[in-house]
Amino acid sequence: MRQTILSISNLSKTFGGVVATDDLSLDVEQGELHAIIGPNGAGKTTLIAQLSGEIFPDNGRILFQNKNITMLPPFKRSHLGIARSFQITSLMQGMDVIDNVALATQANDGHAYKFWKPARDDRDLRQSAIDALKEVGLEGREFEKVQNLSHGEHRQLEIAMALATQPHLLLLDEPMAGMGTEEGDKILKILQKLKKRKTILLIEHDMDVVFALADRITVLVYGRAIASGSPQSIKTDERVREAYLGTEGDLNC
Amino acid sequence: MRNLLTRKSFNFAFIISVGLLALLPLYVEMTGDDFYLDLANRLMILAIAAVSLNLILGHGGMISFGHAAYLGIGAYSVGIPAYYEIYDGLFQIITAVFVSGVFALLTGAVSLRTKGVYFIMITMAFTQMAFFGIVSIEEYGGDDGLVIDTRSTFGNFFDLEDTVTLYYFVFVSLLISLFIVKRIMESRFGMVISGSKSNERRMQSIGYNTYRYKLVCYVLSGCLCGYAGALLGNFTNFISPEMMDWTASGELIFMVLLGGSGALLGPLWGAASFVLLEEWLSSITTYWHFFFGALLILVVLFARGGIDGLLSKIGLSK
Ligand SMILES: Nc1ncnc2c1ncn2[C@@H]1O[C@H](COP(=O)(O)OP(=O)(O)OP(=O)(O)O)[C@@H](O)[C@H]1O
Ligand SMILES: [Mg+2]
Repeated sequence: MRQTILSISNLSKTFGGVVATDDLSLDVEQGELHAIIGPNGAGKTTLIAQLSGEIFPDNGRILFQNKNITMLPPFKRSHLGIARSFQITSLMQGMDVIDNVALATQANDGHAYKFWKPARDDRDLRQSAIDALKEVGLEGREFEKVQNLSHGEHRQLEIAMALATQPHLLLLDEPMAGMGTEEGDKILKILQKLKKRKTILLIEHDMDVVFALADRITVLVYGRAIASGSPQSIKTDERVREAYLGTEGDLNC
Repeated sequence: MRNLLTRKSFNFAFIISVGLLALLPLYVEMTGDDFYLDLANRLMILAIAAVSLNLILGHGGMISFGHAAYLGIGAYSVGIPAYYEIYDGLFQIITAVFVSGVFALLTGAVSLRTKGVYFIMITMAFTQMAFFGIVSIEEYGGDDGLVIDTRSTFGNFFDLEDTVTLYYFVFVSLLISLFIVKRIMESRFGMVISGSKSNERRMQSIGYNTYRYKLVCYVLSGCLCGYAGALLGNFTNFISPEMMDWTASGELIFMVLLGGSGALLGPLWGAASFVLLEEWLSSITTYWHFFFGALLILVVLFARGGIDGLLSKIGLSK
């Protein structure tokens, strides 16, 4: 039997009058790729923010590897093995690509309070950073400044940074946001490789991608999970059709 | 590696400046004109203070408007012991660095909970408190300040009474300060500070308690500036609360911005320009502050990298 790595129960969050997360309960199992879909404003990013600790829920509980992390700050969750990527690219502008990734690496090898040895001469650190960059197809771009990368490369770097923290659980918030088909395919290939060895919670708008990758899908509407199950069962679920795509909708389009 | 090939191994502007500073006492010896020695001495002490401010302001993105507090703490760490006829330099310097570190730790722990303009205001407020704290102690001269009759001594080895000895002591201190900050900024810790300046949210997300790193940086910066204060006390022979005035903090910010915020050597260029311009402008007009203001506006608008940025553009600084 598979183990539950992340268990969310009765999570709620409101912003003023807006209910962004509404009594949401959801489990993610070890090794699976769990996709979350839902229309704009459904509360997907808000959910990720609560899982990564950027915002705290009004109610409910989040267990990660049976540990209550509901109120832990982001850096502590990172040390426990949760990493996220951002829907709106969030990188260290002004620094080299490799420095961005090396920072993510050194955050989790426990030696960041070193004041004297030059960090860029640390071979192990550089090598792990280069490995993470290879994994997302950014080899050869190590010494480029972040602001000189293309949008697609920014999205690849987003994933590399999350990966470099050596997480047990990856939270990916629309990794293909704003990409063309070709660039999107690149990310799809990366995710296909990744899903073999990581537990992933993926938020994605593109249905083809979701059905190609997901072991399980949860549909979020107005902060509430209206359906959760295998891709097949989601495709044929009446409520999903109604709420998410309109009655005429076809989930394959 | 690519880095190695493109890295310039020396920096023209720096080498020339260091050479001039190193040889200046010889020139003074020959001409007997002390004036330039004093000018350069003050320049180097302020440069150390600006280097320390640059660590938090330029590298760390923490805009402190209260850095002069450490100049004051450092100076009084020489002056108060001297008042009790304790002239031991090691004791004075350790006191300066330690008290500055504690002051930075306590005020930083509170200030760094805030951001932006609140941070600026609160750092300023703490320094005003230190200012009025000193003013209120009649024993140490209050408003009028305190005369230091004897400069620091270091056992039987040497003392700073002789101006040239003091000069070289400051000169070596400046070089060591620059070297320390260079090492720190290239270390793992320094990378975290740069990262936090660039994108604090992402740094927290990848596992950094950025508050703690910034606080450590804030304390290091305070310690170094306290050291500069101890030198300043020795140099001026007279200390007063004025040293901690908010305008003194403003002048340090001016030096950092003018020289090139976040550049290793920026504070050196900034302090040099400040001291030389002040000397020159104040000899021709009493409104020299006006020209400083105008200059700062020009730099902020048209030369974001400050003097260091301009020097690297023409290939004199890397
Ligand atoms: N910080 C905030 N303050 C106020 N309202 C917010 C805040 N963050 C999100 N919201 C609101 O909460 C709701 C959910 O937003 P969220 O960004 O989580 O949606 P989403 O599913 O990620 O949408 P998208 O597909 O566009 O990325 C929206 O109505 C949004 O306006
Ligand atoms: Mg979103």
